[in-house]
Amino acid sequence: MNAAPAARQAADFALELRDVSKRFGSLEALAGIEMRVGPGERRAVLGSNGAGKTTLFNCITGDFAPTTGAIRFFGEDVTAFPAQERIRRGLRRTYQISLLFAGLSVIDNVYIACRGVSRGRFSFRRVRRSDALMQTAEDLVRMVHLDDAMQTKVSDLSYGQQRQLEIAMALSGAPRFILFDEPAAGLSPTERADLVALLTGLPGHVGFIIIEHDMDVALRVADRVTMMHNGRIFKEGRPAEIEDDPEVQALYLGGGHA
Amino acid sequence: MVAVDRTSAAERPRGTLDRVPPAYWVVGVLLLVLPAFVSPFILFQIMGWSFVLGLIALSLTFLGGYGGMVSLAQMTFAGLAGYLVAIFGDSAVDTISQGWPWWAVIPLALILTVLFATLVGWLAVRTEGIYTIVITLAIAAAFFYFTRQNYDIFNGFQGFNSVLPPHLFGVDWRGGVAFYYLSLFWAAAGYFLVLYLARAPFGLALQGVRDNPRRMAALGYNVTAHRVAAYALAGLIAGVGGILLTWQSSQISPGTIAIGPAIDILVIAVVGGLRHPIGAFIGALIYVLLKIFAVDVLVALGLSGERFQLLIGLGFLVIVFFSPDGILGLWDKLRASMRRDPLTGRDRSDLP
Repeated sequence: MNAAPAARQAADFALELRDVSKRFGSLEALAGIEMRVGPGERRAVLGSNGAGKTTLFNCITGDFAPTTGAIRFFGEDVTAFPAQERIRRGLRRTYQISLLFAGLSVIDNVYIACRGVSRGRFSFRRVRRSDALMQTAEDLVRMVHLDDAMQTKVSDLSYGQQRQLEIAMALSGAPRFILFDEPAAGLSPTERADLVALLTGLPGHVGFIIIEHDMDVALRVADRVTMMHNGRIFKEGRPAEIEDDPEVQALYLGGGHA
Repeated sequence: MVAVDRTSAAERPRGTLDRVPPAYWVVGVLLLVLPAFVSPFILFQIMGWSFVLGLIALSLTFLGGYGGMVSLAQMTFAGLAGYLVAIFGDSAVDTISQGWPWWAVIPLALILTVLFATLVGWLAVRTEGIYTIVITLAIAAAFFYFTRQNYDIFNGFQGFNSVLPPHLFGVDWRGGVAFYYLSLFWAAAGYFLVLYLARAPFGLALQGVRDNPRRMAALGYNVTAHRVAAYALAGLIAGVGGILLTWQSSQISPGTIAIGPAIDILVIAVVGGLRHPIGAFIGALIYVLLKIFAVDVLVALGLSGERFQLLIGLGFLVIVFFSPDGILGLWDKLRASMRRDPLTGRDRSDLP
């Protein structure tokens, strides 16, 4: 993975959301979201179901446009950009429900992800195993421990393996900022430990936001935590502050959690 | 870990000659020596026509099977290429036909067809599923009525006759053997192009667009541009088929591109199996055999010969009901069930 050009890192924030809101008819999914995430910062977004976490991700990646507000990515206003333009600038995401190419093999899925952020998306030249991009894709597959399933069709993978593949695809190219949507959901304890090791082991310049219900995972990988409720941000702070906050404890952590 | 890697690389099918499955050699040699054994009628009417219709259906297989877009305008693209060859080249209608040389006419016809297909694609990719079918059907119908009513360019319902291939290398390319090899060459070229592209970044991305367009955008792809490019390429394949079709019947008229023939292309592709490029040619062969011989069989059974369309329709119904992946899908199912042990239901090939 090559580091992003230093000049582009000069922006104050990797991601800056100003007064972002999203309405679906009469439902206000997001309201007045203000969020600033620095380059290389790791942020956890917590909140109950329906708090607007995934909608927030969809607005950031351009899956749908926010009703109001502006989104800046490394200082550049990307609010009007289609999804692929944001991705080409170094933004990545994983999906809560696996959105993989079920008919293709593991390596082909990762290869498509690598090709999407490089030149030659329309190339008619057949892919060879010796291609540099194919080598990169194989390295990514190894990184998420799917070496043995390299040629397996995605529809034949276990759930946990599909989650790992999602992460490999998010790491393709030279990501500068990644959005992880519940990457640990449904994983076994061992797989969770692997995931935490993978997230904490990411290169220092790669920042991310992680949506996670598993507090252990979220608080271990994050520098800061944002709490969401009913489409609004109601608390932001360091993991320790959030954990000790009585309001947060009452709402989400339950009495016994420490 | 490295050892594991090497084996998985060795198992991977490659384009090199030694990796070509034996069935390809057998079919290839059979097709090449066929003219030594059968009559020119079979070569020209059955095999030649099957290759040409198969090539047009292949353009739909490419769009539908790899891109997930079902277009009913493929016969329109083919017909446009045929019309353009008649208009710019030679035909019996010398008031319209320009009589330009073939080396200018054929590239020009194909370029204009690709441009038209790109335009249609640009319109059609804004829609999904049934709406794509409706839009392309509307375009096919509009083009059909336009050619039938326009006398200045398309010569109305009569169209053009005596549209003949050039006598290149002193060969009459409408002769049974010559046309057989001509159509076989282009059918094979189209087939291998589609197979090859399936493993190129363009084809892989197209399959990604089919499986999950939203995810493709989230990986940095311009989904619309990819779909439009697929239409352009499918237009090229259909265009080559259309020129051959015009040469084979030596004429092009609105009847060639009517709604019926447009739907026949869909039937051919689906009967063969939309997910397999070879399916287009198998479907075309079945269609041609039915079209030529069903009449005789029906008359022999004391039924009216016009009922052959009914046979095709019934066959289509059966296929769609029992095997959405066409004849080749049936074959795959049959092979899988033969391999399975009837008692345990396990795959027999796994046993020692």
